[in-house]
Amino acid sequence: MALDTARTGVPPSRGGGPGGRRGGAVRAGREAPSTRGAEFWWWVFMRVSGIVLVFLVIGHVLIMHVFGGGIERVNFQFVAVRWQSPLWRTWDWLVLVLAIVHGINGLRVIALDYIRPTGVRIAVSWSFYVIGVVLVALGSVIVFTFDPCRWPGIHC
Amino acid sequence: MAQRRIARRAGELGPLYRGREGQWSWALHRITGVVVILFLFAHVLDTALVGWGPDAYNRVVNVYKNPIVGVMELGLVAAVLFHALNGLRIMAIDFWPKLADQNRRLILGTVGLYVAAMIPIAVVMLLHVASEVH
Repeated sequence: MALDTARTGVPPSRGGGPGGRRGGAVRAGREAPSTRGAEFWWWVFMRVSGIVLVFLVIGHVLIMHVFGGGIERVNFQFVAVRWQSPLWRTWDWLVLVLAIVHGINGLRVIALDYIRPTGVRIAVSWSFYVIGVVLVALGSVIVFTFDPCRWPGIHC
Repeated sequence: MAQRRIARRAGELGPLYRGREGQWSWALHRITGVVVILFLFAHVLDTALVGWGPDAYNRVVNVYKNPIVGVMELGLVAAVLFHALNGLRIMAIDFWPKLADQNRRLILGTVGLYVAAMIPIAVVMLLHVASEVH
């Protein structure tokens, strides 16, 4: 299992391993961090959210962009009908939260590969967290408060 | 040739990674990931406009119905699908470390699956773009 390799480290012939210079992993994935701090749980989150997002996002892409005529049919009325279903509201909200957090953490990991000073690393990390919280909050408010019947000429 | 191969083997990063499929898939995973999250920032904001009513939302969504943006949309789907399939490969190796020895084959399989899926998707989406031109 992944945890065992994290504890024992990988043989030198396979490159870096935990604690080595970041980005040196020979195996395709980033090594699981060796201690169970925040970075370990981020590593776990990227895998768990990744699996869920494969299904949710590919479903979303096929439904909205490939089948059924693509985005040509998408307008306010389309959203009004679609978001009457709790299924689609929940689906879209899950994609919002998981994809934003997964993507922001991805950006953060990439940025930290190029930043050395500890203070700057902490500041950059927190900047990404704040951007993520703001976007998730904005999207959540819209998804859960959307009421198309407020607008004239919309069938709902 | 043989010497070059030996030099690569002796490299700090081992034979599997540098300049090989592993490095390219690593780079592509990052590039596609950045493309998708940058689009997602825009997508959260454009969808949030439903809260400001039909006029605001429809005006912005109509931008996506431009043929040039339609081709970019195909690029976005291509990036999403690569990131998804390559992510599954990474996770497979994380949970079954012995698969690392099969990395080259796994990458070729991933790329094969990716191309096979992208061909019909590209055809359908380019037909959408063609209908937008008229």
